[in-house]
Amino acid sequence: MIPPRPGRLWLLGSLTAVLLPPLLRLPPWFTAYCLTLLGWRLAIDLRGWPLPRRRLHLLTTLAGIGAVLLGYRTLFGPEAGLALLSVMLCLKLLELRNLRDAMLAIFLGWFLVAGVFLVVEPSIFLGGYLLLTVLLLTAALIVLSHPVAQTGSPRFYLQLAATMLLQALPIMFFLFLLFPRLPGPLWHMPKNPNLGRTGMEDHMTPGSIARLAESEEIAFRVQFKGEIPPADQLYWRGPVLWSTDGRRWDQLRGAAMPWFSKPASHQALGTEVRYALTLEPNNERWLFALELPATIPRGFNLTGDFQLLQRRKVNTRQRFELAAHPRYRTGPLAEEERRLSLELPEGRNPRSRALARQWSTLPPAQIVQTGLSLFREQPFWYTRLPPLLGSEAMDEFIFDSRRGFCEHYAAAFVTLMRGAGVPARVVTGYQGGEHNPLADYLIVRQSRAHAWAEVWLEQEGWRRIDPTAVIPAARMDAESDQQRFRSTTPLLLDSGQSWLTRNLARLRYGWDALDNGWNLWVMGYNRLRQEELLGRLGLLRFGWQGAVAVMLTTTALVLAVVLLRLLLQGRSQTEPVLRLYARYCRRLARIGLSRAPHEGPAAFARRAAGARPDLAPEIAEISELYIGLRYGHANNDTALPHLQAAVKRFRPPAKAR
Amino acid sequence: MHILLNQVIAQAGSIILGKEHPIRLALSCLLARGHLLIEDLPGVGKTTLAHVLATTLGLRFNRIQFTSDLMPADILGVAVYERGTGEFRFHPGPIFAHLVLADEINRATPKTQSALLEAMEEQQVTSEGETRPLPEPFFVIATQNPANQIGTFPLPESQLDRFLLRIELGYPEAAAERALLAGRDRRELLAELKPVLSPAQLVQAQELARAVTVSPALLDYVQALLEYSRRSPRFLTGLSPRAGLALLGAARAWALLAGRDFVLPEDVQIVLPHVVGHRLQQAQGDTLGGSASLAAWFAEVAVP
Repeated sequence: MIPPRPGRLWLLGSLTAVLLPPLLRLPPWFTAYCLTLLGWRLAIDLRGWPLPRRRLHLLTTLAGIGAVLLGYRTLFGPEAGLALLSVMLCLKLLELRNLRDAMLAIFLGWFLVAGVFLVVEPSIFLGGYLLLTVLLLTAALIVLSHPVAQTGSPRFYLQLAATMLLQALPIMFFLFLLFPRLPGPLWHMPKNPNLGRTGMEDHMTPGSIARLAESEEIAFRVQFKGEIPPADQLYWRGPVLWSTDGRRWDQLRGAAMPWFSKPASHQALGTEVRYALTLEPNNERWLFALELPATIPRGFNLTGDFQLLQRRKVNTRQRFELAAHPRYRTGPLAEEERRLSLELPEGRNPRSRALARQWSTLPPAQIVQTGLSLFREQPFWYTRLPPLLGSEAMDEFIFDSRRGFCEHYAAAFVTLMRGAGVPARVVTGYQGGEHNPLADYLIVRQSRAHAWAEVWLEQEGWRRIDPTAVIPAARMDAESDQQRFRSTTPLLLDSGQSWLTRNLARLRYGWDALDNGWNLWVMGYNRLRQEELLGRLGLLRFGWQGAVAVMLTTTALVLAVVLLRLLLQGRSQTEPVLRLYARYCRRLARIGLSRAPHEGPAAFARRAAGARPDLAPEIAEISELYIGLRYGHANNDTALPHLQAAVKRFRPPAKAR
Repeated sequence: MHILLNQVIAQAGSIILGKEHPIRLALSCLLARGHLLIEDLPGVGKTTLAHVLATTLGLRFNRIQFTSDLMPADILGVAVYERGTGEFRFHPGPIFAHLVLADEINRATPKTQSALLEAMEEQQVTSEGETRPLPEPFFVIATQNPANQIGTFPLPESQLDRFLLRIELGYPEAAAERALLAGRDRRELLAELKPVLSPAQLVQAQELARAVTVSPALLDYVQALLEYSRRSPRFLTGLSPRAGLALLGAARAWALLAGRDFVLPEDVQIVLPHVVGHRLQQAQGDTLGGSASLAAWFAEVAVP
């Protein structure tokens, strides 16, 4: 029998809700294809269109599979699988002939929800939405399978579905916590590596960081153990750039690699700062650690220029426990390192080199100060929209335009230092961060992307010099840039802002705190965190087997409680007549004669006596007493003791006497 | 009284062979003061059943054959001018009887149908501004051909509601049919029948049926059944409170026939398909199944 229309409409509605997230991801022709099928189903339900004929259905199916093949060149893999599953679900709706088909469609819908979770790695918003679709699916299942609920209001179904899901919550919670997390591609589906993400690059040209700084996307979040260091110490180290053609700066390549891959060492001056960093996936290998990194996390290398590099690219959100030494001294300069950090392209930027040559007689520390005072005292402007520069980029910037973003200053400063004979290099990464006052962590956005310089001085080793920081605030365009080196307090929360701005900002930070918690505790609940939790529960030494054991025990306990309640339901009757009759029925059920729920007492007695003639007198006596008490005129005081005695005596043997 | 009623059933059963169950239902309908609708093919003994009941219960019996040109006055009666007295005198129609057999009621036009149904409901006939009560007891057995036959005006649901029970006779079983074919002519047998009950005794039996006890537990069950009909996806609309009363009335009469003075859930289950069959419409296109499938559906309701 085809399910009635309200059930079909519920099914269609809930499945449309489930299909929405994948449809928004899939190419437009898929979306069009699936929407057409859904519309067709709607016309079948509302307008009474016939189901498509077999040949047409086959054609539609082939078209769907063809579209998947055309779009993804394969039927396998997470994205293509999701597309295929969506297509199949829509097709299933067009061959809905009976209740079984509808049930199957619901189960497919649940499967699709799980698929979205695996492929998309959802935000808290999408997670909430998916939970809502699960509620809708469950409600649709209730409407389909529960004839008594048919004419109830939507609220009735939703309430029932919500109750059922809430009952499932403890089991879900335990499964989430204890189900063994497997490393590798089974759990985290491999992502499409060509997915466009904004982020730091491994080279720098004038204007490249200014472009990146347009983005408000989050690069990473940091939670400090203890005080947050002052803003002018928050330099998050990324790619270090050594070689230049006068305009573009690059990392070390080729011949320098052996030295580059030798780990660097430094001497700490003062205490270390401990923090946890949650890195958003950026499809690159470096970790933006606070200068200078004091620990090397598992799976990372520390390079000769103090970069933390992961062996594989970062494609999932990851959390690291790290430490840093804000004050440090590095060791002596190797010969190869000195050569590389003084190299300038021949014949490029002659004016800058001439200027630098004038300084070369000064002691190195004074050369650094001279370079900085050039930017401080001459009319250099700090702007996010610098003029475009030609091939002699440094000359044009230092002598003509004098307007630039951090990469201009860092590159110009390093060029001048190298010209004057001071070893120098460019460091890129992020600077500062905004403090989320609601959850006490720093948010570092792409807009915090920065470039600065490092010079090597005899007594100190490599020392960080940020030429941008010397530009007076009056010569900075944006208010946010003026504040950037001074404080981590977000500008929008400043008391000078309007009430609305401050509260909108507060809302934004609250949302980010929630999102961060979701990422850390739900999406980021990986094997390591599970082990941590099991260790805290004292279960770690049992390994994942222990987790499975706890999981199974919990599930068994929950089931036992449910079962016990079901069993006790029969006993919990308050009326003695019903209790006695229930006991009599249980005793008959034990010998294989159970009363059907709709069976009246007389009919049951006839059937039972027919099956077991040896028991007929007792059955007749009890039934008669019960019927008299419950439906007839029997007096409670006189007949009830009789019934009690009769039921007590009634011990039917399993086999006929 | 129980013995007398069983004699009625036995006597009717001697004429209409192998149909004890429909006879019992018809008698319960009568005891519950309801009207009976028999829906079946021609020739299975609908008319005979009405005739047997009338004779056995000692009731005055009239038969009206409904045709498409039957007018209300043909049923209710007309006032005719009498030259002798110079007055109009009312000539009562065939409806003025204890038991009226309205044969093939769905062949008549809706106007005529409603004239009969109004009389059934109000137990009186109003004509020429004068109201005349119908005799007591008053009982209509209407027969109806299956709706899909040509030339029928199906009764609307609101009028079907006036019938307490709807029963089917069905073909007789092989043994009963054999006896029927080999036996004497039914008409001759009918003529020899003696009344078992007097009309006064019948009224007394009706009083008894009304006094059959219904316990709160049974009311719970009836309410659960009504609730089910209202919530089940199988039916377009649920049962009305009147249907609930009808169910109780029929179950009481059935219990009385079984010799009990209280109602059991089983009584309700037996009469249920016949009470609700003509009052419910199935939600889906296909027609409402027979009483067997109705009983199966309502078996989803547990006896509390």
